[in-house]
Formats: sequence, C-alpha cells, structure tokens
Amino acid sequence: MTIDIAVRHTLTDGQRRFELDVALRSDRRRIVLYGPSGAGKSITLRAVAGLLRPDAGRIAVNDRLLYDSSAGINIPARYRKAGYLFQDYALFPHLTVAQNVVFGIERGLFNPRRGAAVPAQAQRWLQVFELDNVASSHPARLSGGQRQRVALARALAAAPDVLLLDEPFSALDPALKTRMRRELVTLQAQLNLQMLVITHDPADADALGEHVFEIHEGRVRSQMQATS
Amino acid sequence: MDIWAPLLLSLKVALWATGLNLLFGTAVAYGLSRWRSGFADLVDSLLTLPLVLPPTVLGYYLLVLLGRRGVLGHWLDGWGLSPVFTWQGAVIASTLVAFPMIQKAARAAFEDVDPHLEGAARVLGLSEWAVFFRVSLPLAAKGITAGALLAFARALGEFGATLMIAGNLPGRTQTLSVAIYAAVQAGDDAGANAMVAVASFTCVTALLLAGRLVPRHARGMPGR
Repeated sequence: MTIDIAVRHTLTDGQRRFELDVALRSDRRRIVLYGPSGAGKSITLRAVAGLLRPDAGRIAVNDRLLYDSSAGINIPARYRKAGYLFQDYALFPHLTVAQNVVFGIERGLFNPRRGAAVPAQAQRWLQVFELDNVASSHPARLSGGQRQRVALARALAAAPDVLLLDEPFSALDPALKTRMRRELVTLQAQLNLQMLVITHDPADADALGEHVFEIHEGRVRSQMQATS
Repeated sequence: MDIWAPLLLSLKVALWATGLNLLFGTAVAYGLSRWRSGFADLVDSLLTLPLVLPPTVLGYYLLVLLGRRGVLGHWLDGWGLSPVFTWQGAVIASTLVAFPMIQKAARAAFEDVDPHLEGAARVLGLSEWAVFFRVSLPLAAKGITAGALLAFARALGEFGATLMIAGNLPGRTQTLSVAIYAAVQAGDDAGANAMVAVASFTCVTALLLAGRLVPRHARGMPGR
C-alpha cells in the first residue's frame, strides 16, 4: 500500500506565476501534507483526485497508476476510487442527508427519490456517524460537525481506495476540532484506511500524520515519519 | 369577434416555443457555461440578436430562409412541408425571439453552480451526463424556470416576425397580438380591449412568477 506522487504544474495569473514540483512517496497509512496556504497542497490533492490535470508527472495509489504524462495515462476522476473531503464539504444542498450518502453508491443518471429505501452500505455509514435521525434533513439544517460527518459518510459509502482530506477541520470550532481529529484517527485505525490529508494547522499534522511532508512554495521542504 | 381562437392559438404557439427553448436554450447555455473561451461570449452575443433586431428584420430573414425559394424552404418544400403561413411558422418565429430569455437565464444559473459540487459528484464516480442531471440541472432549475416564464411571456407577445412568416389568417395563424392589431384596424374596440386585457394579465402573471423564483440577493434585496 503506497502512495507515489511526482507532479509538476504551473499556474499563471497575470503577472504572478506559481510552480509546483513535488515528489513524495510513502507506504504509511496516514500521510499529511503540511504547509501554509498557497504552497501547492491543494493542487497536489486535486491532481490525485483527478480534478486537475497536472502538466507532467506520475501519480500512483496502491500500485494503481492514475496519471502518467509520459505514458499518456490520465484516469478520469470517476474511475479513480478516491474519496474526497472538501474543505467546505461540498454537500449537495438540494438532496437530503440520506440522498447525499447514497450518491456515490447509486451512480445512475438520476438521483434516487427522496425517502427511497437506503441501501445497507449507506445505512451503515449513517449509523457509524450517528446521522440516522437527520437522514431526511437537508444539509443547510445541520451543525458544522454533522456536515463534516455527512461528507465523510458520503465519501466512505462509495468504498474508496484512498481518502483525500482538504483542510478537514478548518471550518470547525476548537473544541469540535479536537474531537473530530480523535474520531478520524479512531475511524482510520478501525477501517485501516489509506488517508492523504492536507493542512496548514500543525496540530492536525501532529494528531493525524504518520508521515508528514512539509510543503513550501511548491516543493517538499522536509519530511518526518512517526516511529511505530 | 371571437377572442378564444386567437388566445388558444397564442397559448399553443407560446407553449411550443417555450418547450423547444427549454430544450435547446438549456443545452446551449450549459455548453457555453463550460466553454471557457472568448468565443463563448461571441456566440452568446450572436444568439442574443433576436432580442434586439427589429422583429420585422427577423421575420424577413425567416422568409428568405424558409420561403418556397429559400435555401431551407426549398428543401422542406420537397418534403411537402412549408412553414410559411402556418402556425408552425409562428412557433419558429416565437422560439427564435424568446430564445435569449432562457439561454441567458440558464447560462447565469449554470455558472452559479459551485464547481466543488460538480467535482464532488465526479469523484464519487458519476459520468458527465449524471453530473448534469443530478447536480448541475437541479441546482440551476430555478433560474431556468424563471427564464422559461419570461420566454413564455415574450413568445406570447410576438408580433412582427410572426406576422411576416405566418401571416394573419383568422383561425389558423392569427395569434392574440396579431388579432389585436386586426381588431384595432377594423375599429373593433370591444374585441381589442378584451384581448389586450387578457394579454396584459397573462404577461404580468408570468413576470410575477418569474420574480418569485429569482433569489432575493439577485434582485438587490437583503437576504434572509
């Protein structure tokens, strides 16, 4: 089980020019990319998910090649089997909690009806994250912590090979942050999940990272592995 | 004078025009909203032309194109189809004139959809068609419906281009707005008054409904 990323990408915005050139490889389960905002962490994560096509490089997750510019390989996002937790959670506002969680299980052309029977895989995640009693509510009516749980449940219900988390706790208040970090670590251990987290918060890196890469101005500046 | 025949014909024509525009206007709007290039704006401008061209100019173009000796008309004639002086001709005129109302509203609505939501759907394994039907379209639906109501009102009021391509055949191509003109010309004030009232009422209702669908902040009012 390894994550192997080596990507180059250039962004230009008027006069400003940003060059990303990161290479990282790890066989640990909880990998953290840590660094200030604007360092290139988000681009890297989006490239792994297939939401952004880097200029050049190679991305492999668990020996599955997702992108290789020299071989002309670029697996579309929908076939990458990645779970993505967006910083703002990106819950579908027009769907109920249950419909959100079922979203990646039923992949047809149309949304399952509101109140349709929830498949067992989705039901399981609604229970794990204690969302049973809000299953028929819309995301707008939930608290911040509940929204994050819905986003996690939605990502995990689709049975991803790797879970990508973009600043997972930045929208939560401090007390909830500590709690959700603990919950996530417990969950990761239970499921033996492969996780790639990006964060600017050193506390996140401490709590989650088995292998922490410090990203600075588009480069990996240092790395640190927890001994275990 | 009978006001029901022109009213029903107008409703039929306007509903057809709105339906066709819902299909084509939404499809074009979606394409333009994804096509991030200066050409998209150029195409958008060209498609807005029917909104600003004098309707008679549009009607003339249609006649040149669809008339028996027109490029398309000649070909259609071979199939025994000619839209000139038919209610289908009125549908074509109304559709063109009302097209920008839906296209513009739909494009704005699609561009308003948070790209993260579409990205989330892709990562969850959905095809591009499924992303459209399950995320983009439902989230843009309000804006598109508001555009459809405006398009309906505009199609209902179509006069110039309709008169040129479909003519003024009572019971066959005489729509409400054409019938009003005919009634005024004939000195039938009672008939004109009744039809003007009906047309005004229908259009005001459509505008009010459209207004309710557009979010408050987009109308420059404080939100909740």
